[in-house]
Amino acid sequence: MKHTVVALVEDRPGVLNRVASLFRRRGFNIDSLAVGTTEEQGISRMTIVLDGADGIVEQVEKQLYKLIDVVKVSDVTHEEAVTRELALIKVRCMSEQRAEVLDLIQIFRAQAVDVTPNSLIIQLVAGGETLDALVDNLRPYGIREMVRTGRIAMVRGNRTTAVHEQEPESAQRFHLESGRRPEEEHLQYVSK
Amino acid sequence: MTKMIGADIVLESLKRLEATTIFGYPGGVVLPLYDRLPAHPEIRHILVRHEQGGGHAADGYARASGKLGVALATSGPGATNLVTAITTAMMDSVPTLFITGNVGRNLLGKDGFQEADITGITMPIVKHNYLVMRAQDLAYTFAEAAHIATTGRPGPVHIDIPKDVFTEEAEFEWPTTVSIRGYRPVLRGNPAQVKRAAAIIDAAERPIIFAGHGIILGRAHEELRTFAEKAGIPVLNTLLGLGGMPHDHVLNYGMMGMHGSYWANHAASNADVIIGLGMRMDDRALGRFADMNPTAKIVHIDIDPAEHNKNLIATVPIVGDVREVLPQLCDEVAQRSHVEWIRWIDQVRDGHRTSMSIPGGETLTTQYVVDRIADSIGTEGVVVTGVGQHQMWAAQFMRISRPYQLITSGGLGTMGFEVPAALGAQVACPDRAVWTICGDGGFQMTFQEIATMVDERLPVKMAIMNNGYLGMVRQWQELIYQDNYVAVAMSQPDFVKIAEAYGIKGILVTDKDRVVDAIAEANAYDGPVILDFRVEAQGNVWPMVPAGASLTETVESREEIAQLLGQPIPANPEPAR
Repeated sequence: MKHTVVALVEDRPGVLNRVASLFRRRGFNIDSLAVGTTEEQGISRMTIVLDGADGIVEQVEKQLYKLIDVVKVSDVTHEEAVTRELALIKVRCMSEQRAEVLDLIQIFRAQAVDVTPNSLIIQLVAGGETLDALVDNLRPYGIREMVRTGRIAMVRGNRTTAVHEQEPESAQRFHLESGRRPEEEHLQYVSK
Repeated sequence: MTKMIGADIVLESLKRLEATTIFGYPGGVVLPLYDRLPAHPEIRHILVRHEQGGGHAADGYARASGKLGVALATSGPGATNLVTAITTAMMDSVPTLFITGNVGRNLLGKDGFQEADITGITMPIVKHNYLVMRAQDLAYTFAEAAHIATTGRPGPVHIDIPKDVFTEEAEFEWPTTVSIRGYRPVLRGNPAQVKRAAAIIDAAERPIIFAGHGIILGRAHEELRTFAEKAGIPVLNTLLGLGGMPHDHVLNYGMMGMHGSYWANHAASNADVIIGLGMRMDDRALGRFADMNPTAKIVHIDIDPAEHNKNLIATVPIVGDVREVLPQLCDEVAQRSHVEWIRWIDQVRDGHRTSMSIPGGETLTTQYVVDRIADSIGTEGVVVTGVGQHQMWAAQFMRISRPYQLITSGGLGTMGFEVPAALGAQVACPDRAVWTICGDGGFQMTFQEIATMVDERLPVKMAIMNNGYLGMVRQWQELIYQDNYVAVAMSQPDFVKIAEAYGIKGILVTDKDRVVDAIAEANAYDGPVILDFRVEAQGNVWPMVPAGASLTETVESREEIAQLLGQPIPANPEPAR
């Protein structure tokens, strides 16, 4: 079964590597992974879609929590949540087919964001299944190129998946700044 | 606040952490740090002969002292040589700090001479790691690293420092506290869970305790004894849990698992309630998970929540430090004495003592040597083992009775751990007798550290159980691979001459009647000693649970294992050399 897990992590060098390495090492299968900033400075949000039984997801959550840079983990699979993906699809489309394709994508509330005499780029923000359906419908015209983001999710209602704890200033500064490469021009060349 | 260079900040930080013993090996990029060592005479730097040795020594030091162990290496090959030692410390949750230098910041990622992406390499084998890019971050990094290494479930933390960070100037500001919002170990057990656990324990007819390394890491041995005595529950130890209960305590039934006793494995399999304390339900301790006493209720107390439900589903998981949770649980449980259950285990033991006993006769065996060493150094001594048959016999016959009387690589099973870890243990415990029980194979992996012992005047006694084979491999090839001996016989150097070459004492022992005298002679000698015990070549460790079998399938002889595996009884001829 597919699970959607949200992890709030410290935005520090290497954190993506730590998470990816953990999934590889423990043999958890990632379907998709989306990373971005959040309302909180210094906190990134990872939305991970993975395939596995409930017991495996319990292990995933606990193993994620063992990473020092992971602050909060939440399995939103069984929650009432808004889940979205974005797709850009470049589809073959001669001028005479254009009206037909535009009609079709209207049903999915997708948009055409680029047009040439023989192609269209179609953009759709929707749940994964809607995207799959659009792709199936566009396939007969000839999909020349497609890119999809990973899924992102947010629980409906007043409850939030957020980090509520503020750290003391010195800790916060350290966590925001340390480990990053200073500007190259400030660095002198040091021989071996 | 005072301005100083990164190298001084590192050394000042170590002093603040009271981690003033470093096992290190210099090299190009850490020279700025070594350059400043003379200005910090409080720091004792021990120059090892190989970085892996330095890492294991820091591990042995940490286990024997309960303090943070520190190892230092240069970039590239120096750093990669630490990998085995870091993984060993990770698998056994040992509080250690590994410091490496790296190439200058401008050269990072440019494949410069002796550059290795060591933080990338160590990421999956550490509790946490850091690449420090500014001298001003060093003090906070060390404070945080030590906090992470020594709290919660302890483990190795690695700090990588580019060469020019050692020479960069910054204010030295030692943080009074550290705060990591993604790291808040839970120490006290949830009271509701403790009550649920107590109810299950009170209702038990045949309860059993699996006492793991957590008891020793958490120094919770007194709490364990108090709890076991009040609730009247027999105790089994995992390999790393040996020493959590005194060997001769009436409720202690010794080691369980692949080479645990027949009675321990059957007690584990016949219990109706299992109480796992500071242990991770490892396959070597539990056998085949699916058949690990499937009807028993399991109360699992561990500080690492990821260990709950990983291998076995716990009826009541409790997250917390055993040293905190055990008194909570002790207050809740009723006073009991499970007379019938204990009598049942005693009867099983009476019927199966011979499979785990010291062989009689004239042959010189490892079991006999281990027993004589145990006799001579008592429980106050420290014994460090390598990995293999001699390790199992040491676990069975050393009569381990206090935390870290036994130091051994359990999780990773690192051959070559013994000599450097014993070195570290001797540094931590200068007044204790430190013996290492070595295999002839493992000894040859890391015995270069004898030179370090000579330099540092560390009187470690190294007892080599020399049978000319990789004993455990030979045992498996005999019993499981039907006498097909491959790459297992080894020619050995003259170990007494090796002792001579290092300027230490060497003693050759070929006869059983010489063992006691040789051990006494070694103990009396003020310096390192190699004892070359020419032990029986074809002995097997019994009992045995073949890999993948269940604890109920504990076998005690070649006939039984052949029957279990559906194979002919091995003839056990001498392997060709």
